[in-house]
Amino acid sequence: MKKFLAVASALVLTLSLVACGNKETKTSDDTSASVETSTEVSTEVSTEVSEETSTEETTEEALAPAMTYAEYVAADIDSEVEIEAYVQATQSWWDNTINVYAQDEDGAYFIYNLACAEEDASLLVPGTKIRVKGFKSEWSGEVEITDGTFQIVEGNFVATPVDVTALLADDTLIDHMNQLVSFTDLTVVAQEDGSAFLYNWDGSGSHDSNSDLYFTVESNGAQYSFTVESYLTDNTTDVYAAVEALNVGDVIDAEGFLYWYNGANPHITKITVK
Amino acid sequence: MMAKRKILASFIILSSLFLFAGCHGSKGLATYETPEEFDTSRNFEITFWAKNDTNKAQTLVYQKAADDFHKAYPNVTVNIRLYTDYSKIYNDVITNISTNTTPNVCITYPDHIATYMTGENTVVALDDLMDDEKYGLGGSEVAFDGPAKNEVIGKFLDECRIGEHYYALPYMRSTEALYINKDLVNKLGYEIPDEVTWDFVWEVSEAAMEKNADGTFKVNGQNVMIPFIYKSTDNMMITYLKQMNAGYSDAAGNIKIFNDTTKDLLYTVSKHVKSGAFSTFKISSYPGNFLNAGQCIFAIDSTAGASWMGSDAPLSDIPDESKVSFETVVTAIPQTGTGDPVMISQGPSVCIFNKEDPQEVLASWLFAQFLLTNDIQTGYAKTEGYVPVTTKARESEEYVDYLSRRGEDNDLYYSVKIDATDLLLSNTDNTFITPVFNGSASLRDAAGQLIESTAKSTRRKETIDEAYMDKLFSDITALYRLDSISTNAGAKADLGPLPKTSVILLSTLAGVWIVIIGIYAIKLVKTNKN
Repeated sequence: MKKFLAVASALVLTLSLVACGNKETKTSDDTSASVETSTEVSTEVSTEVSEETSTEETTEEALAPAMTYAEYVAADIDSEVEIEAYVQATQSWWDNTINVYAQDEDGAYFIYNLACAEEDASLLVPGTKIRVKGFKSEWSGEVEITDGTFQIVEGNFVATPVDVTALLADDTLIDHMNQLVSFTDLTVVAQEDGSAFLYNWDGSGSHDSNSDLYFTVESNGAQYSFTVESYLTDNTTDVYAAVEALNVGDVIDAEGFLYWYNGANPHITKITVK
Repeated sequence: MMAKRKILASFIILSSLFLFAGCHGSKGLATYETPEEFDTSRNFEITFWAKNDTNKAQTLVYQKAADDFHKAYPNVTVNIRLYTDYSKIYNDVITNISTNTTPNVCITYPDHIATYMTGENTVVALDDLMDDEKYGLGGSEVAFDGPAKNEVIGKFLDECRIGEHYYALPYMRSTEALYINKDLVNKLGYEIPDEVTWDFVWEVSEAAMEKNADGTFKVNGQNVMIPFIYKSTDNMMITYLKQMNAGYSDAAGNIKIFNDTTKDLLYTVSKHVKSGAFSTFKISSYPGNFLNAGQCIFAIDSTAGASWMGSDAPLSDIPDESKVSFETVVTAIPQTGTGDPVMISQGPSVCIFNKEDPQEVLASWLFAQFLLTNDIQTGYAKTEGYVPVTTKARESEEYVDYLSRRGEDNDLYYSVKIDATDLLLSNTDNTFITPVFNGSASLRDAAGQLIESTAKSTRRKETIDEAYMDKLFSDITALYRLDSISTNAGAKADLGPLPKTSVILLSTLAGVWIVIIGIYAIKLVKTNKN
């Protein structure tokens, strides 16, 4: 009899575990589904992300030709665009999206809030070729691709920075928007409080808060505001430390991406003090 | 430059996951009980997560608060962690609840507290603390000159009530204001009425779209003109629904936003986006940037952003050469009618997180209370178009003097900033808040997303019709999990029939128990016979 009771109890327990197991599995599925759909209102877009951002590289033969950079430049704001470019850097992944600095031999792209599962973010290393479908947008002068999805395609290219020091005061600087650029022989200028840099634009931030860094440089008699974007290079990076160590009057070379915010607002990734 | 759109992605995932996860993974704390005495023989380090508007003056006020509090209580050190975004604080708090590493004191919104409260005793209810004879508001043992409970403006204090208890103290309050380029309105042949309506704003905005032969806009002679830009589309939707007495949600957490009035606003938005007369911060940029460049006529932003608005604004995000000179008029946001203005109440509150050590919590409470002292209240309020939350601070000589010096300079006494402050001071009774429940933060995001999605779709030449609205409502419901928000107030939800597997399991359990009881009974009978 005891055996029977034991068997009956075991059966009940087993059934209970099975039932719990089913429930957990369902919850897990539901969660992942919601994660995928939460990056964009359209569930269609999200499904696309999950399917397209696989680790398998897609053969280019299966794809229609993407836009050239010239075609992208010519496209209207708010029109749908599909480009291929090479990742040069990414900002920190957040909430199933990632901001990507991408470039090809002809020009550069900033891809804002690109739908990206967390496990796929690590695939977007410099040089990786991606095909991006989204909408051309403009925010405070920055031309970018928004609401985009991507897939990795075959190819690799790492851009060499273009020296645009001579163009800093020139209207043609905008033609290099989002490109990896370099600047030479810049002199660090004092902020209003006499410091060489500020945490946040007005000094309201801090190192521990991982605030952006702002510093001003002079070149050919004119002054320019540069930024260390903490989502691109945070307070653990060399460039962050290099800016924190700057002194007024230092002469530096700098590299970074030519982001735009009501004018040129380079996101600096490398500093060399001369 | 202003903080850029770093956190626009918001906090959908974490918040919605937390909404479901509740307190799983976190060990519940005991309900806080105020100690008889504050132990000044022990040293305490408390953390204060503070939000500022990327404003150095505000961070200095926070630091002053920490320093001055330390003078009053030398055994308490306040460590400040600075934030510039409410949603980042929200995310970090949620992340830290599960590991019991929440801050002691935190700037927050009641909507967020409602989510924090899904952890057991995570947030300290303040009712008893506020009324405590020794350490309560105006208490006999408080080592500084803080306000009494009746000196905290009742309407603002009530905003911190969730269910039956107070879970926060108000810290600062603001509302939204309509910042108008008066010169351009006049140039278009209009006069700004005493009470600005939506109809007026839409009409003038459409009039501003007329172009010259060379493609420039007639009203400003520039290539860019977005006559009407709204910073917070969450507020736009919420306030419009309130003005129209239409559904949004109720206190029990029932979602009522998907209604015909919402659709009407979305169709209106679409119409004016299509003509180019309307845009949003998320799509274009900060309203103030366009306003100050003479490229916007009606800019709606917080009164707490007043220092950025107007051609003489002390803070600016655009080069001086891009600015144009004009007269800035500050009024209440557009209304659906006249005579009964309705505007949202917003601004930071401060909550206290529970800890194992009641003395640590008491130290936190004392610091939270210190944030309501006159120096801190008036000091912070002066940094922007905020208003103090205590009558004690409002009526202080220093604050009255500050208000009276409107326009003396374009810095501390910047006229637009003080006009924005006056707007709220004279309309406190016309402000409202939305019901707070676990999930109300998601609903707020959803409200704004309805407008953002419609605006984007319109710009991308999608057809905005009933089919679009149906799909939008459905997508937004799914995205923000609005169909999963549990109602509270003790309402019993109809959960529907049990799943088949559950029925089988329960039947099996019942069957086994019957068999066990039956066998035991037979065995008992046999034993008795023997």
